[in-house]
Amino acid sequence: MATYNLKVNGKIRQVNVDPSTPMLWVLRDHLDMPGTKYGCGIAQCGACTVHLDGMAVRSCQLPVSVVGKQAITTIEGLSATGDHPVQKAWLEHDVAQCGYCQAGQIMSATSLLKTNPKPSDAEIDAAMSGNICRCGTYLRIKEAIHSAAKK
Amino acid sequence: MGVPASEVTTKAGVLSHASGKSAKYGEMASKAATLAVPKGMKLKAPNEFTVVRKSKKNVEGKKIVTGKPLFGLDYRTDGMLIAMIQHPPAFGMKLKSFDASQTLKMPGIKDVFSLKLYQDGFEQGGFDTRTFNDLLVVVGKTTWEVMNARKKLVAQWEPAGDTKDTMMGRGGKREVTVPGGLETTSTQLEKMQELARKPAQQLRKDGDPETAFKNAAQIIERTYNAPFLAHNCMEPMNFFAHVTDEKALLVGPLQAPGWVEPTLSKLLNLPADKIDIQMTRMGGGFGRRAYGQYLYEAALISKQAKAPVKLIYTREDDMTYGIYRPMYTATYRAALDANKNLIGFHVKGGGIPEHAIHANRFPAGAVDNYLAEGWEIPSNITIGAFRAPRSNFNAAAEQSFLDEVAEAMGKDPIEFRLELLKRAKENPVGKNNEYDADRYAGVLTLVRDKSGWNKPGNEKYHRGVAAYFCHNSYAAHVVDMVTRDGSPYVERVFSAMDCGIVVNPDAARNMVQGAVVDGIGNAFYGALTHKNGAAEQSNFHNYRIIRHNEAPQKIEVHFVENDIDPTGLGEPPFPPVFGAVANALYKTTGKRQYNQPFEPELEKRI
Repeated sequence: MATYNLKVNGKIRQVNVDPSTPMLWVLRDHLDMPGTKYGCGIAQCGACTVHLDGMAVRSCQLPVSVVGKQAITTIEGLSATGDHPVQKAWLEHDVAQCGYCQAGQIMSATSLLKTNPKPSDAEIDAAMSGNICRCGTYLRIKEAIHSAAKK
Repeated sequence: MGVPASEVTTKAGVLSHASGKSAKYGEMASKAATLAVPKGMKLKAPNEFTVVRKSKKNVEGKKIVTGKPLFGLDYRTDGMLIAMIQHPPAFGMKLKSFDASQTLKMPGIKDVFSLKLYQDGFEQGGFDTRTFNDLLVVVGKTTWEVMNARKKLVAQWEPAGDTKDTMMGRGGKREVTVPGGLETTSTQLEKMQELARKPAQQLRKDGDPETAFKNAAQIIERTYNAPFLAHNCMEPMNFFAHVTDEKALLVGPLQAPGWVEPTLSKLLNLPADKIDIQMTRMGGGFGRRAYGQYLYEAALISKQAKAPVKLIYTREDDMTYGIYRPMYTATYRAALDANKNLIGFHVKGGGIPEHAIHANRFPAGAVDNYLAEGWEIPSNITIGAFRAPRSNFNAAAEQSFLDEVAEAMGKDPIEFRLELLKRAKENPVGKNNEYDADRYAGVLTLVRDKSGWNKPGNEKYHRGVAAYFCHNSYAAHVVDMVTRDGSPYVERVFSAMDCGIVVNPDAARNMVQGAVVDGIGNAFYGALTHKNGAAEQSNFHNYRIIRHNEAPQKIEVHFVENDIDPTGLGEPPFPPVFGAVANALYKTTGKRQYNQPFEPELEKRI
């Protein structure tokens, strides 16, 4: 066990956990932030995507011990009131079916738009292909990303 | 309200009277429930609808995009422990003994124990499918700790041998023998080929198919195969349980709580009114969450651990547990006379552990001489409903076969189907035909017109069509395929649906688009195979799910407009996607596809 002072959604949060614990489980089990989802545990589905200093990473493969001072942003901290342009675009296009993967999709999409404000279809495919949606909402996700890019 | 009922008007959930008195439906519901249902009431006409037929957005959309706890896996209470089950490494195995000493030394671990799901002779309900009966359970404080500690278990497994289930369900009480043994996919395929040659159970016969085939100028015979499929709901199976001697609280993702309550009541020896089952939002269902064994497991674990517990399946647990879509095969035969008229049709289907044949579905009713047969091979690999059960195979096999028959007859595939449907409507063969030929033809003509079938402007595409009826709705798709980076790619899809009144049009379009993507994915990649009883796929690195870059660029959805009562939409658009993809692949590659998934064979060819 070790103590870590983590910067999560702009606040310093202290946890006492085994150093190997992935951020996914630190967030869900220790910080009571279940917005970040468990889907596969091996970085194949993207449901657990968070931002590490603004970059999309799979939190199931991010041990708490390597986070250090880097800032973590989760779906709960993406915006104060759920009005991030990407979140609004998701609602405008009514993207979700079951909704389980969408937090991860949104975190990947916001990371993409930060580095590429006007992505093409092919660029969206390339950036988003690590995020599985079992309900098959891919077309709406793409439309929502294009909508958000215009704002 | 103390006013005559005949003077009360209703609007938007409110009862109003000219005097100014009003009440909401909710306030009146308890009282209304005590009245007899009035006879001869005239319902609101469809053209007066104010809510139905208007698109409404997902009521939980905001919570979903902001990560609020909605799902079973998100549920927690104070003092809640996490539990995981170590199930045997293969179907056909069971727990012999275990040593938990290393596990118990791991941080956060509270307890390790084994228990039985069902005692011998327990009367299981129709959806109480049991894959593994001896549960080896690890209980601890946090998910990561339990995951790691579980790896330290030293367990001995042994062959389960033949086992007996006592199933209640539809048709009353029956004893089912589940065979022992460790099954392997290649051996299963050989066994299926062997059974396919033997006499089978006759499911329907019209006219004289034997003579029709004897007199045929040409016989077309094709066999189609499809593997087990795992549901792979994005949220793995999980359930919260807090069971005490007095009562039980269960919270989690479940499709049908009414189906599990009687069994739970027997398992816990608690009356139903002491059992509270609360449903969370489901991270996907697809049929998997109709089977509540994970809820029973959670309840028994909580009772044993004397604590509130959340049972979590890892992705690997979820994918290798069973309750799959069955493994199917079907051989179709068509008899043509010298003038290339279809004079006989024969389907003989089998499966592990059940076949998929719907004997009274199209083209039954459209061919004078018709025979449908089925056979089954028992197995210890458990199966369950999977988005449009049985239809999800039939629509692939039958719709591919009809495409091939149309080609042999020199007919356009849509016109050929429309001719058969015309026959089925005007002069139907046999009885109990389960479909409405007009509505079936309706989706075909709609998709033909909307897709510009045989019209100029679509030369870029290799086009495949398929249509199917299931769950009381009708679906047709035209799939437009291209070759992209050397591989077939579905770039565009046109879909036509008849599900009666479309309640929520935009959500309905979303549902159909999702079904199309799901169908393309499972047709190309879906497969769960076994070696010596063990599932060969365990997570998304070796069970391929369709991804963003593989989804079509456009899926245009059209609905037949009518005032028929609404019917299913989650399932019906899914099955014919497989057939349309297969038919488009033929146009793209020049070769017919007979084995699912399609992608590995395409790779072999290149």
